Amino acid sequence: MSTENAQQKLTEYVTAMIGGQLFGLPIVRVQDVFIPERLTRVPLAPPEIAGVLNLRGRIVTLIDLRCRFGLGQREKGQISMAIGVESRLESYGLLIDSVGEVLKLDDAAREPNPINLDQRLARVSAGIFRLDGQLLIVVDVDRVLDIGMNAVAA
Amino acid sequence: MDDLLQEFVTETNESLDVVDVELVRFEQDPNNAKILDNIFRLVHTIKGTCGFIGLPRLEALAHAAETLMGKFRDGLPATNDAVTLILSTIDRIKQILESLEREQREPEGADDDLISDLERMVEQLVPPAAAPASQYAVGALTSQVLERPLRPGEDSLDDLERAFRETAVDLPAAKNAKSAPGEAAKDDDAAKAANQSIRVTVDTLEQLMTMVSELVLTRNQLLEIVRRHEDSEFKAPLQRLSNVTAELQEGVMKTRMQPIGNAWQKLPRIVRDLSVELGKQIDLEMQGAETELDRQVLDLIKDPLTHMVRNSADHGLEKLEERRAAGKSEQGRIRLSAYHEGGHIIIQVADDGRGLDTALIKAKAIAQGLVTEADAEKLTEAQIHKFIFAPGFSTASKVTSVSGRGVGMDVVRNNIDQIGGTIDVKSVVGVGLSFTIKIPLTLAIVAALIVEAGGDRFAIPQIAVVELVRARAGGEHRVERIKDTAVLRLRDKLLPLARLSQLLGTEPEPSDLERGFIVVTQVGSQSFGIVVDSVFHTEEIVVKPMSSKLRHIAMFSGNTILGDGSVIMIIDPNGVAQSLGSAVTSQIDADKAADTRHAAAEEHLTSLLVFRAGSSQPKAVPLGLITRLEEIDARKIELSNGRHMVQYRGNLMPLVSLNDSVRVKGEGAQPLLVFSDGARSMALVVDEIIDIVEDRLDIQVGGDNSGVLGSAIVKGQATEIIDVGHFLPLAFEDWFRNKEQSRRARPPALLLIDDSPFFRNMLSPVLQAVGYEVTAAVSAPEALAMIKDGRAFDVIVTDIEMPEMNGFEFAERLRGDPRTADLPIIALSSVVSAEAVERGRQVGFHDYVAKFDRQGLIAALKEQSDVGRAA
Repeated sequence: MSTENAQQKLTEYVTAMIGGQLFGLPIVRVQDVFIPERLTRVPLAPPEIAGVLNLRGRIVTLIDLRCRFGLGQREKGQISMAIGVESRLESYGLLIDSVGEVLKLDDAAREPNPINLDQRLARVSAGIFRLDGQLLIVVDVDRVLDIGMNAVAA
Repeated sequence: MDDLLQEFVTETNESLDVVDVELVRFEQDPNNAKILDNIFRLVHTIKGTCGFIGLPRLEALAHAAETLMGKFRDGLPATNDAVTLILSTIDRIKQILESLEREQREPEGADDDLISDLERMVEQLVPPAAAPASQYAVGALTSQVLERPLRPGEDSLDDLERAFRETAVDLPAAKNAKSAPGEAAKDDDAAKAANQSIRVTVDTLEQLMTMVSELVLTRNQLLEIVRRHEDSEFKAPLQRLSNVTAELQEGVMKTRMQPIGNAWQKLPRIVRDLSVELGKQIDLEMQGAETELDRQVLDLIKDPLTHMVRNSADHGLEKLEERRAAGKSEQGRIRLSAYHEGGHIIIQVADDGRGLDTALIKAKAIAQGLVTEADAEKLTEAQIHKFIFAPGFSTASKVTSVSGRGVGMDVVRNNIDQIGGTIDVKSVVGVGLSFTIKIPLTLAIVAALIVEAGGDRFAIPQIAVVELVRARAGGEHRVERIKDTAVLRLRDKLLPLARLSQLLGTEPEPSDLERGFIVVTQVGSQSFGIVVDSVFHTEEIVVKPMSSKLRHIAMFSGNTILGDGSVIMIIDPNGVAQSLGSAVTSQIDADKAADTRHAAAEEHLTSLLVFRAGSSQPKAVPLGLITRLEEIDARKIELSNGRHMVQYRGNLMPLVSLNDSVRVKGEGAQPLLVFSDGARSMALVVDEIIDIVEDRLDIQVGGDNSGVLGSAIVKGQATEIIDVGHFLPLAFEDWFRNKEQSRRARPPALLLIDDSPFFRNMLSPVLQAVGYEVTAAVSAPEALAMIKDGRAFDVIVTDIEMPEMNGFEFAERLRGDPRTADLPIIALSSVVSAEAVERGRQVGFHDYVAKFDRQGLIAALKEQSDVGRAA
């Protein structure tokens, strides 16, 4: 058992559905999961930024992953969830459709992105897991948060 | 570690930082006994404490350094080598302190190398006659290592005594010492203050601040609740709670404030070492060291600042020969300055070195794929320079070593980003480079006006708000439209208006400006109106920096959580001003070290009113000169004594046609440009008002026609710039020769000196209008040449910040010449600080007027001519 464990390096993922596709976020990056309320939109912000909100006294920037991943518009009135992550001392909420169970997956089973994967997805994907009946795209949180860096040149 | 040792380490480190700075100062000013005394006392204290705690290595080092410094005090020259040696001794002491802090005991090792160097230096410095004394000192030193407890005291008994005497004098005499001006008094005060303070860890303060912020938010929530219940019994106690919270908040904020000088402390030493190492002469100038900012912010900018100064010294400033070849002074200059502006702190790092190599940066940016070649061609120099902040840009050493810049500027930018700041670069090849860092007072709590626009609420910092105006059709404050530009007529001024929701793009449809409120806002000398849908109340808000993903939006300076728990954006009045196309920043840009000429040409945008009159060629006049725009019913125009008049505000106002081909309309609406001076008004008749534009006013072709200053390209079209001064006397013949001035046979001659064509062109007509014969000069040398040629002037008006020769030097020259010694000189400056005014007074300016203060200038001129007549 122990030998097997040593060889098998497992990573836990929080799974999320976005536009009908299953995604997984490394659990170490996930702070919490919450339902966004009293969202304030930010004029002039990049389209993927859904707005900001107050989460227990902290200002959280909400990023709409449907928009970020190019997975279409959210239906009006659809209740969405957000996964809280932190990066460089700042709080972000990643807006998803619904949150699923936590999966423990073997690192060795992770496969590279298929070359024909949509550019918007390939950019933020750290690999693919083949699960029973569906694929899970591993989300590279840092790359998801890498928004607006090309604003420098503008 | 026991507390005693910990405290010793902290205190000694601080003392050593001071010694570093003082030594560099001493080296430059070896005759200043006060600096030396100060250094001596600090080192002596370190030595004494080491002996007390039992730290032989430190004690021996401090002792040897002290001995050498004792020689300086006896009047021996402080050579460069000697100072370097002491500095390296201090570095060694710092090393030992570091491991002392880590391992709680002195590290193993010997410092014989340094000690013997120091001793040798002592011998070298000692004149032959005093040799026995030095031998004694040497002997004492060697034995001191062996028998520590007795020797040090014995050996420097004299010095000790002296130090004691000084300390003894300091304490009781601290009050008396104040009467003696200068550093001694300051030091004493500082020393006294230190005795009354306690050390608190930053974490404690940080926690306190967080708690206070929470308290403020909670209080705001309570206030919000009480606001909804009219007669609540909570009202009175809540009011008290509110007051106490405010005081607490202020107190805690104060504990966190520190002068920025603390972050600069290490710089003189670094620059000194670099200048020795690189063989350059570098003068480090520091201004505004007393500017206070949040401790946390201070910590975060310390490294970037050091980095930038190091960069300037290392790469920015040229080598001696290169500077000489370029005709620059051998001594390179690095200038650090800091000041408060609105809710921000502005820090500038400027050097007079070679500047950035635009071509190389461009090439590198293209090579790194930051921009396509085609796009790069379209970028301005300033935009290209911004690439040095791009992530990873500096990692390639090629650009770094050749261009001389870019070393880790992305890291600098990152650090500044983290505290919600911005950094900007300005560079002129061969003239210099300056970085401007703008840092908001993070975590600061400010009063803000809560407004609504386009369905969202926003906070506008109260500090920028001048007043609130309710615009109503037909009311006193009317919103007028000049093509697409809306302006508000407010007390004889035209105020540009912008609807907030449109600026933010949340409500693209232009809506009725007559509804809603106008928040009259001032940034620097620029006023404008922000139109919002409704105004709620003012609230103390806790400024939280924008997320780094949103910081590029210039309209917002941060965000905050309101009493009801929702997040709203804080409007940055500077950003709004910029989007209005104003030149606000250039007006307050006090940095003249590097970029006077280019920046002036690039950024002196002027609001121009463009209109048509007579011909199809557009004409323009600076908006600032116009008092009002009117459109009157043509039937109200009366003909009196062969002149067109209109009843206007209870007076008859003469109408003047711009030229013969402009006819006063017989019916319909007649557009007029109204100019006022005091109680008089006149109106220029024009055919059509076209637009208000922001553009550089660069008059390229002089005008032959009277009434035309010349032609300029405005928004890509050749436009005649109207000389208002020509038309004023057409309305009132005595407009020039008002009152007492009419007694003079000839109009007084005025010499106007300004390097900026805009100001020359703007001021000349104004000055003519008040009755002066104006001669304009582009530079001080040109003006001096005119005077030398025998031109006589009655009064001189000069700019201060000019290349070649500034206004101060110019005034000094005039004062030095008996022919011009009594000539009244009035200084014009965009920087009116107490120091500048004082300096101006010293060099002999009769008055000092802010550049945009037209009325002030006229008043000052009048005063001078009155004085002249009385004499």
